[in-house]
Amino acid sequence: MLRIPCPWCGVRDESEFRYRGDATRSRPAADAGPDAFSAYVYERVNPRDWHTEWWLHVAGCRRLLKVVRHTLTHEIRSVEAAGAAGAERAR
Amino acid sequence: MMAHLMNSPRPRPKPPISRRTTGGRYSIWRLLREGLRAQRGWTRAWAKATPRPRYRVVIVGGGGHGLSTAFHLAAEHGITDVAVLERGPIGLGNVGRNTTIIRSNYFHPDNIRFYELSLRLWERLEQQLNFNAMVSQRGTLNLFHTEAQRDLFTRRANQMRLQGVDAQALDRAEVARRVPLADLDSGRYPVLGGFLQPRGGTVRHDAVAWGYARAASAAGVDIVEHCEVQGLRITHGRVAGVETAHGFIAADTVCLAVAGHSSVLAAMAGLQLPIETHVLQAFVSEPVKPVLDVVLTYGAGHFYVSQSDKGGLVFGGAIDGYNTYGQRGTLPMAEEVAAAAVTLLPALARLRVLRQWAGVMDMTMDGSPIISKTPVEGLILNGGWCYGGFKAIPAGGLTTAYLIAHGAPHPAAAHLDLERFAAGRTVDERGIGPFPYLH
Repeated sequence: MLRIPCPWCGVRDESEFRYRGDATRSRPAADAGPDAFSAYVYERVNPRDWHTEWWLHVAGCRRLLKVVRHTLTHEIRSVEAAGAAGAERAR
Repeated sequence: MMAHLMNSPRPRPKPPISRRTTGGRYSIWRLLREGLRAQRGWTRAWAKATPRPRYRVVIVGGGGHGLSTAFHLAAEHGITDVAVLERGPIGLGNVGRNTTIIRSNYFHPDNIRFYELSLRLWERLEQQLNFNAMVSQRGTLNLFHTEAQRDLFTRRANQMRLQGVDAQALDRAEVARRVPLADLDSGRYPVLGGFLQPRGGTVRHDAVAWGYARAASAAGVDIVEHCEVQGLRITHGRVAGVETAHGFIAADTVCLAVAGHSSVLAAMAGLQLPIETHVLQAFVSEPVKPVLDVVLTYGAGHFYVSQSDKGGLVFGGAIDGYNTYGQRGTLPMAEEVAAAAVTLLPALARLRVLRQWAGVMDMTMDGSPIISKTPVEGLILNGGWCYGGFKAIPAGGLTTAYLIAHGAPHPAAAHLDLERFAAGRTVDERGIGPFPYLH
């Protein structure tokens, strides 16, 4: 059982969340070309290491969280709200 | 045929087969003779090799697909200058972690053809390998619970029949007759009927690994255990060999058959794949007398079950649903699988789960496997098996061997190339899109 510390609700079981995949990818510019879009849609680093990923707290606050988790040990290193993460990236 | 080969043949002295072959031919007469000699005449079934510094083909991964590829290279293309490198012992990877089901009940015509080729190879596998793999065509029965699901299964069955593959619809009474253990009226989704592929079934998975290893070894392939590949040497865009725990091994062609870890190996060649790694759990109950003689799948949840020859009910469900390389799985999915199990087969509530295990798998962006050349010349990929790799072992090996020998894809696997993603011809069996955790 993964236990994800939600910044809004506290530590909750994984069954309250829905996984939404790799959070390191960002949409290429509209004129970036088909190769860039194909890579964006399909290719993944898929590390056997720390992985930054989205989790949606569907059975809680319904916020999207950005979680850094190890894909071998399942240890969770950090959790932040998507909004803050998005604002950070936009700067 | 030699003219088509991707690499010029390099003659290399090989020990004569009689010296390499271990164990001799298996037969009923051999069993009887050994029975009278207190079983003292059995010897090791395949040779444990130490790697030579150079091979024509190095296959990374001694699982089902790696061993099957090696066997088909030797048997059909006469290429025996081959090493199979396995990180651990043979049989402890995904080939021994699945729920042993074989079937070809797919929807896409290309998939039907590929998996049907595999099913036909399963049907003659034991004779071909001279090894008892306990191939049991007991039928796979998919239950449906809604009118829409009935339409979907009927459409799939019609697609299969158009391709000449066996499929039939069963009504509720027939399902009740075949599976008396199932509660057809339980819960919110009563069973309306079923969709049967009579030629589907199960195979003893350990025997598949051992049988292919024995046949490949007898043909001259070196099977090297405890030889982890730590790097791929690439020179001028061409693969030169592999860095291993036993040092560098040169090769003209390197084939990755490491599903679950394809991304890790591909990263050594600087490649990113359309793959995420996910974990799938499986379970076996304590053994009981025969209660179920088909492979049964539930349609209102993700659950499939068959009874092993030892009596244990072998069952599983969906992937846990997040990227992981941890071969263990977590409890929420175990609970979900158990809930589906006792909804469909209430009698299972009285049974104890004897063992639980898990395997990690390549989940691709369209839910279909990859048998393909890569942007690195001489580097072949057999991977992306999602959770359907076991049933595909014979065809996966045959078509990968063809690709290595001819430098062009086998017609039955041409649709499984790596370029299909960028080219917009994904083979999305479930119609979900590029979300591996949903496939």
